[in-house]
Amino acid sequence: MSQISKKLLNVSLEQRAWNIRRNALLMGEVQGQGYIGQALGVADVLAACYFHALEYRSEDPNWEGRDRFLLSIGHYAIALYSVLIEANILPFEELETYGMDDSRMPMSGMASYTPGMEITGGSLGHGLGIAVGMAMGLKRKNNSAFVYNLMSDGELGEGSTWEAAMSAVQHKLDNLICLVDFNDQQADGKSTHALAQVPEGKKWEAFGWYAQTVDGNNLPEVVKALDQAKNLQDQKPRVIIFETKMCKGVKFLEDREINHFVRVEANEWKKALEVLEEGKPK
Amino acid sequence: MTLASMDRKFEQRKVPKSKDGKRLTTSAMIASLEAEGYDTVAAPFGHALVKLAKKNEKIVGLSADLSKYTDLYVLQKEMPERFYQMGMAEQVLMSAAAGLSREGFIPFATTYAVFASRRAYDFIAMAIAEENLPVKIVCALPGLTTGYGPSHQATEDLAIFRGLPNMTIIDPCDADDIMDMVPEIAAHNGPVYSRLLRGNVPSVLRKHKPDYKFKLGKAQMIREGGDVLMISTGFMTMRALDAAVKLEAEGIKVAVLHVPTLKPLDQETILQSVASSNRLVITLENHTEVGGLGEAVSRICLTNGLKPDFKMIALPDQFLEAGALPTLHDMYGISVKKVTTQTKQWVEERNKK
Repeated sequence: MSQISKKLLNVSLEQRAWNIRRNALLMGEVQGQGYIGQALGVADVLAACYFHALEYRSEDPNWEGRDRFLLSIGHYAIALYSVLIEANILPFEELETYGMDDSRMPMSGMASYTPGMEITGGSLGHGLGIAVGMAMGLKRKNNSAFVYNLMSDGELGEGSTWEAAMSAVQHKLDNLICLVDFNDQQADGKSTHALAQVPEGKKWEAFGWYAQTVDGNNLPEVVKALDQAKNLQDQKPRVIIFETKMCKGVKFLEDREINHFVRVEANEWKKALEVLEEGKPK
Repeated sequence: MTLASMDRKFEQRKVPKSKDGKRLTTSAMIASLEAEGYDTVAAPFGHALVKLAKKNEKIVGLSADLSKYTDLYVLQKEMPERFYQMGMAEQVLMSAAAGLSREGFIPFATTYAVFASRRAYDFIAMAIAEENLPVKIVCALPGLTTGYGPSHQATEDLAIFRGLPNMTIIDPCDADDIMDMVPEIAAHNGPVYSRLLRGNVPSVLRKHKPDYKFKLGKAQMIREGGDVLMISTGFMTMRALDAAVKLEAEGIKVAVLHVPTLKPLDQETILQSVASSNRLVITLENHTEVGGLGEAVSRICLTNGLKPDFKMIALPDQFLEAGALPTLHDMYGISVKKVTTQTKQWVEERNKK
């Protein structure tokens, strides 16, 4: 459990996820665009990571004992900023600078811009390989922290993902947890019509990973999967495939023809926030 | 459409013989660079790295299934706990090196120059260089040092990496350069790409200049001469020095400025050397004429108002042939013999003006 949630035990994970979605919509409104579909879809996974699974210190994002959370998918930056704000690593007020000149929150995630952003993502298929090296490094230092790598189902098509997957097994990286946001959507259409497969977990198991596939918008399931990934005693890397729904939590966007880059009209951001408000946890 | 393969004639060939009757075989990948008249050092990179690793616990070495062919096997054998076998997977080789450096280590990632520059480029660019991480990429078979053809001949690696911000680039000449370079690049807080000569590597520079010692970022005059200024990098400095000795016997005095660090380029020393007299300037590099030392030197001369008589010795903008290295070095003009005759011809042409 993170330090912050120890302090604020009265805030439920449902409320955290809701706040992450609200932060993302507010940022989307600032720019009039953003990968909002992905942010809304992955909000529950991020809530469970930052307010249940990860160890970190909000006031010291580079604390040596922290669990490393890598955002391989740079275009999900809006989602990560939303959780970094919720985790008090970034101030809420800064949300309004999203994507602007001189902002610490550029449209694509880069380590040199943002506290709490471990790597520069965006060129897809990089995160897992860097995670392999960091997991090796942590073992060299006898540091018991975990490395989490959040990637997309589209990245399952990158050969480098599988180089890293084999490497993690070869080097027995039991401190590595790969999180796959499986929303079955990539730039040209469905990921399963490209190179992702169902059941994807079988592929990872065949490579030697401990694989779980869960509903990524069902918080109790997400929490349970993260616990199992952390607590497994086997000397193997762990992957969780989270089946998520793009735009989750804003019904009229969920029902829209789903695209990799969801179009939201200028007048719809307010409406989306209102719809979200209706679904606020009690 | 014309394929390169259509231009080839697939007729049966005769066995080629050199003057002394020996067969001219393709030099094996593991073969050392041929250099007559010099002592050699075995696996200078591997031994220098072990020496450094014993003093600095942050040093680790990574191989993509080529430890025997990059001399990293010395570390693997003597300090196995510092060695990572990454398998034949150059993308994760570079990503994992980035990750290790993020955790405070100084990784030496080794492979062949072709694979680092072509296959793993995006991973070097985004995971390593963009973050200015202290990963040291040390790569064997630079330029034309194998007769296996374009699949193994990294003739454009320097051009590729010169375009990458933050990258320090080194092309060492000999065993002494390599051994002295290892601790210097480890101490440099940023990414480095270095070419590597492996196996039995000649010791050249100190034979010509006993007090020579590699300094990161510095070009150094190895010998003086009033007719020609050769500005050279990598093992072409060896060729330049050998040619200079031969030319001296014919009355042509050649200075040789060795430039092992290609980026950042030691502009001050190069410009001073060019400006100090009216010598014919010749750049020499084991690299395509596109985007290497020659273009870099010509740019800094022109942008600083210097217009020397200028010639380049470099590999042509072509995919090179397969065959025996001595044959290929002659064919592409980078053997001692060809450097000598070419220089003599240019000097004679210049004297006629």
